[in-house]
Amino acid sequence: MTDPNDPLRVIPTDAPPIGACRKTGDSLPPLTLMGEHDLCPGCGEPLALRQILDAIDAMDMAQRAIGTIGIGCYTALTSLMDIDLIQALHGRAPSVATGAKRMRPETLVFTLQGDGDMVNEGLQEVIHTAARGENVTCILLNNGVFGETGGHMTATTVLGQRTKNSIEGRDAGEHGFPILIGDLLARLEGTAYCARASVHDAKGVARTRRFLDRAFESQMKGQGFSFVEILTMCPTGWFLPTAEGPDYLDQELGAIHEVGELKKDGVLIES
Amino acid sequence: MPHERRLMEGSEAIAEAAIAAGCRFFSGYPMTPFTEVLECFAKRLPEEGGACINAESEIEAIGQAWGAAATGARAATGSTGQGLSLMQESMSEITRAEIPIVIFNMARGQGDYFQATRGGGHGDYRHIVLSPQSVGEAVDLTQLAFHLADKWRHPVVIYGDYLIAHTAEAVGIEAIDYGPLPEKEWAVDGSLGGTGRSRNVNPIGMEKGSKGIDPNGFWQKLADKEDAILDAEQRYEAVDTEDADLLIVAFGTLARFARAAMRDLRAEGLKVGLFRPISLWPFPKEALAKAAEGCKRVAVLEQNAGQMIEDVQLSLLGAVPVVPIGGISTDPAGFGIGALLDSDLIAGRARDAHAGRPVPRGVVS
Amino acid sequence: MSAPSTEANGKRGPRGTVVIDAERCKGCELCIPACPPEVLRMSSNRNASGYLLPELLEGCTGCGACLMVCPDFCFEVYRFDPKAAEGA
Repeated sequence: MTDPNDPLRVIPTDAPPIGACRKTGDSLPPLTLMGEHDLCPGCGEPLALRQILDAIDAMDMAQRAIGTIGIGCYTALTSLMDIDLIQALHGRAPSVATGAKRMRPETLVFTLQGDGDMVNEGLQEVIHTAARGENVTCILLNNGVFGETGGHMTATTVLGQRTKNSIEGRDAGEHGFPILIGDLLARLEGTAYCARASVHDAKGVARTRRFLDRAFESQMKGQGFSFVEILTMCPTGWFLPTAEGPDYLDQELGAIHEVGELKKDGVLIES
Repeated sequence: MPHERRLMEGSEAIAEAAIAAGCRFFSGYPMTPFTEVLECFAKRLPEEGGACINAESEIEAIGQAWGAAATGARAATGSTGQGLSLMQESMSEITRAEIPIVIFNMARGQGDYFQATRGGGHGDYRHIVLSPQSVGEAVDLTQLAFHLADKWRHPVVIYGDYLIAHTAEAVGIEAIDYGPLPEKEWAVDGSLGGTGRSRNVNPIGMEKGSKGIDPNGFWQKLADKEDAILDAEQRYEAVDTEDADLLIVAFGTLARFARAAMRDLRAEGLKVGLFRPISLWPFPKEALAKAAEGCKRVAVLEQNAGQMIEDVQLSLLGAVPVVPIGGISTDPAGFGIGALLDSDLIAGRARDAHAGRPVPRGVVS
Repeated sequence: MSAPSTEANGKRGPRGTVVIDAERCKGCELCIPACPPEVLRMSSNRNASGYLLPELLEGCTGCGACLMVCPDFCFEVYRFDPKAAEGA
């Protein structure tokens, strides 16, 4: 209930405004069939999805696009994506994308994978796909945790991060070091474009979109393998209140998996 | 253009037959005795405007074929037993996602019968398995495999072996017309984004525009389809079974040795017949039961410790005594070139079985 | 309650506003710190699923930051158009 003594006036938000105005932002991203999904409160993955769909729509590639989808929480988002999709196995989306692109070279082919999917189970697939210079775009949603199983350590979990199977925090001596997959892929000659973004705030979301645009443009120019890593919040898997997700992402994961472009037009960008 | 018959190794003949059938994508990882199939595709597919990828593992090979086939292209992969083991996870998912691919299994002998016919992966599925006895038949079955894969939206495995892959026989390769097929409206060609009718080829029945999935309904539909395949696609060859006292059951190249043995036994006056399942799944149960009617015994000849014999027993349901006359038999490298590949040895065992004498078991060397 | 109009707030009037799909909201609060003019705050209202809902105060610029960070696609963003308002 609104407090009648509250000096600040609450503006109604249940109906469009009256008067001269224009709608500058739809609630649903383009190329969606519905808005409802079962991902947790505060999840960063739908933020990334919005930018992916928006980028495809802006390039007018909706009817020449194929997504190959890994297995993770984001798999549930396929229900709302109005894009032709192939559901792959955990880790195997880059291979499936390879076969699809070879047979349909005119299409924009992208993968959607999590860190468990790409960097744990499917590390070989993404590395070889990059090394071959396969003309596809691999998109990693990296939250440093197996979200779908309820918060377990992945290959990108940062040191000190608590997970259900590294309960005192990831320890280098016991669990080894995180893999900085973007940095690894950038060093392969077949990689033309490589960048790491983060959706911890609106600026980060806008940057994510720019990197996606550049990756897709690189693919359509036939430059070779392109890669966009997107750091996403997983408050459930981090055991944090949802409101603390963005800062944890920025300050803990973001401190190790640093945001920025790593490679452009086949040329490494030195930080 | 009709192709002349020429001497061709099985590997080359299989690749040429696949290309004649419209296969434009292949991916594989070298492994004896499958390697030359990959070599032939690598040479020929680029010439035909297709693509062949030397994959980094069998897991990637089948993943790539999966993606190619999901777009509607005719695509294939292959390997031998160990590589097929690595592919099983994908074979299960591909079957349940109803993606038509062809898998060339140049097996090391016949010890992988269960792997091929039971589906070595997780979940509730079977895929079609065709087993040629000769290079000429491999040419036909390869083309049939692509047809059946598209007809049923179902993977098809060609179960060959070292002899199929490496024996040179005189064959001619012409495209075989197996009849019309439905349009691949399901194929993910990328064209339906933003139309509200976009596709999602997946193995658990996820529907676009709806949060819920119905795995029970989805998998029951697949089970119903597999029942239909079971009824429609049984293939076999029955030779001299009408008057037979002893029926030998054998598949693949081993059946050719059995046929030679049978000829000798017939010349001796023994009434021996041969039943050769061509489709290992679906196994031709009713036809075998019919062929075995009136027989005193059924002798199962297979190059393993006893796998197909279970299908034979399930077909006959105890109506006729079943005797194993094969056994474990390979070469020191384990490629399946064993002492059992000998028509005299087989004839001797069949003679024992015919007379009701005990047949030696164990290693055949 | 009436919907906001161009005349509602001061001389220049509000620059923008949002419509919030309250039933889709999961109360994650990501929109609150994301709002540059700081005009979103959590209310004590709940939707049918029991999630606490955000509410909008005066001063929205229609920048769309809330839309960009909302995991549940709840925000629709409007900008008031002074020129069109004058013509009306």
